[in-house]
Amino acid sequence: MPETSTDNLIVAGRTFQSRLIIGTGKYADYQQNADALAASGADIVTVAVRRVNLSDASAPMLADFIDPEKTTYLPNTAGCFTGEDAIRTLRLAREAGGWDLVKLEVLSDPKHLYPDMEETLRAMKLLKEDGFEVMVYCSDDPVFARKLEDLGAAAIMPLGAPIGSGLGIQNPVNIRLIIEQSSVPVIVDAGVGTASDATVAMELGCDGVLMNTAIAEAKDPVRMARAMKHAVIAGREAYLAGRMPKKLYADPSSPLAGLI
Amino acid sequence: MHLIINGEDHDDLPDGLTVAMLIAHLGLPERKIAIERNLEVIPKSTFGEVILNDHDKLEIIHFIGGG
Repeated sequence: MPETSTDNLIVAGRTFQSRLIIGTGKYADYQQNADALAASGADIVTVAVRRVNLSDASAPMLADFIDPEKTTYLPNTAGCFTGEDAIRTLRLAREAGGWDLVKLEVLSDPKHLYPDMEETLRAMKLLKEDGFEVMVYCSDDPVFARKLEDLGAAAIMPLGAPIGSGLGIQNPVNIRLIIEQSSVPVIVDAGVGTASDATVAMELGCDGVLMNTAIAEAKDPVRMARAMKHAVIAGREAYLAGRMPKKLYADPSSPLAGLI
Repeated sequence: MHLIINGEDHDDLPDGLTVAMLIAHLGLPERKIAIERNLEVIPKSTFGEVILNDHDKLEIIHFIGGG
């Protein structure tokens, strides 16, 4: 049985100590974001690619607060609705940061932010041909998950519930099916609301959890970031330990033999 | 020279600007950005040599917070 310290997350041949990946959106400011990152212990943060503000070139930038040399930036394609948009965005991200590990998300309807899986598969193919290592936000459908893996996805990232909803893992059966069939890391991306949700995901056997709103919109984001760190570790350890079987009736913990 | 940068018209630029000169003119930190010209990414290693043309459409991006 490996010790926690050697139980690393490995994505596309890269090793990360933490199984928690956090977003960098919706925080009060970049400083709070940096403090939450420190409390979470995460090695990877997702980031978005946007136009620079030409009218105020001295405005603070994310990189001033979260050092890309120390924390892995995982550029996303948030806001992209076609494969072409996604590849254009990530080519710029690759040039800005020099990384080829990216998060693909091709969304559909703003109401539920479910991934457009047809476009996601097409974009996956384009990105792989262009040399990217792609971690893919996807529906919790084992058939699509398999197709993504066949196309060379570096990680399968099914949603636990709609982005930003905080509803927790809505379909543990599907998540478990995806875990069972996958030989690349499976990371629940979206839907976590509180610490127990992250633990549930890890107990199912996920390799990691990606979250943003659950931390950023907590009343105390830094404290919630710390809670999530423990939640992910607890869930992982429980999964590795192997839980006791569920029973229908009680089973006394103290032996009955030798009763006075 | 006229350039369209991040969707906005810039008419007051001197001819023969290199990308590096434009970045300096705009006061941007070269290390933290990337630039696309007419839908093609310009490699950072060529910023000093690539000369911009009249009516080029540029996108200058950086990383911001996101999920």
